[in-house]
Amino acid sequence: MHEWALADAVVTTALKVAENEGLKEISEIIVKIGELQTIDTEIFNFALKEVMQPQKELLEKATIKIKPEKAILKCKVCKHEWLFKDAVKNLSEDETESLHFIPETAHVYLRCPECNSPDFEIIQGRGIWIDSISGER
Amino acid sequence: MDPRIEVIDKRLKDIKKIIAVAGGKGGIGKSSVASALALILSKMGHKVGLFDLDFSGPSSHIILGIKNYDFPKEDKGIVPSEYYGIKFMSIISFSGENPSPLRGIDISNAIIELLAITRWGSLDYLIIDMPPGIGDATLDIIRVIKRTEFLLVTTPSKVAFETVKKSLQLLLELKVPIVGVIENMANSKNLFVRNQLEHLNINYLGKINFDKDFEDAIGDVNKLYNTTFTQSLKEIVLNCKFF
Ligand SMILES: Nc1ncnc2c1ncn2[C@@H]1O[C@H](COP(=O)(O)OP(=O)(O)OP(=O)(O)O)[C@@H](O)[C@H]1O
Ligand SMILES: [Mg+2]
Ligand SMILES: [Zn+2]
Repeated sequence: MHEWALADAVVTTALKVAENEGLKEISEIIVKIGELQTIDTEIFNFALKEVMQPQKELLEKATIKIKPEKAILKCKVCKHEWLFKDAVKNLSEDETESLHFIPETAHVYLRCPECNSPDFEIIQGRGIWIDSISGER
Repeated sequence: MDPRIEVIDKRLKDIKKIIAVAGGKGGIGKSSVASALALILSKMGHKVGLFDLDFSGPSSHIILGIKNYDFPKEDKGIVPSEYYGIKFMSIISFSGENPSPLRGIDISNAIIELLAITRWGSLDYLIIDMPPGIGDATLDIIRVIKRTEFLLVTTPSKVAFETVKKSLQLLLELKVPIVGVIENMANSKNLFVRNQLEHLNINYLGKINFDKDFEDAIGDVNKLYNTTFTQSLKEIVLNCKFF
């Protein structure tokens, strides 16, 4: 996912939660990010700062913790399991960039190392999830 | 919580109308109608976006003759490239000429991802070219873009219509707004589709005859715009209160 879009999404979600739960100040947001999203944390943190700026009151004291999740792929045909980080080593720059925008293009550019099938599952490390948002009422 | 879903409304907030061009069967002219509709509305002076959501058979770029589909521009997300005044987004910008063998969950994820990162800006119409049937893409669009209105395409064939009828039944049950149905590849004075829709209380928007010159115009917007196909569609648009 694009870092700016993600930062925007996280802040939008935080605002919604704050409103629903009546939070006046958010202290911590924990975001789980699957490795398949190929997020550059430096860009993400920079984007976050910018996006949070207009929401100062609510987010000034918030720390945002990123929990990366290892991505594991499993072939539907031969059941072989392998790690995303090993698979992407062989990709071109454009292919990596496609994966960054749309992680599902993994099925376009990656193949099972055992049987060469594109029919694999991303059993872990695909998504982005807000694990928790805490703050003061 | 999936933060991607939360941000989609925000991404689409400056779009006045979102129209999904759908239908039951494959090959009945959904992509042709979606592409020509985008072209017509754009020529009428509206700000238009076209979103090809058919990941296994993306076609809009072929119909409109869009060839240089590199990565869209990055600016706090991605900004769709503009062709003939139409903002265009399709999986082909990321998959190129390669097939995208995606299962249901992957289709859902890719749709949500694209909706979450694309900055359409302000538009009068966003036209979505849907894949056939009432599978993942249809259910996801209904789920994540609550204000989508459906424009269905059928042919005069009983077989095609029966499938479109299933889509209509689902949309009615889910209370999804339906703009109406266009009868494509019409041939005679056959009133079957019109009569059936009357029973269902659904708008019959009009018909587009089989156009033997259409195939030759594919890939060339000027030719495409001047086909009987596009001109019939334009008449439908002009006569329809919705547009
Ligand atoms: N009115 C028409 N006259 C002549 N040819 C037509 C007409 N409508 C569509 N076609 C042709 O039919 C074929 C299928 O059209 P199109 O790709 O628009 O269908 P579709 O419903 O989007 O298909 P899919 O389900 O695969 O997405 C194309 O080759 C198109 O040129
Ligand atoms: Mg199509
Ligand atoms: Zn395998």
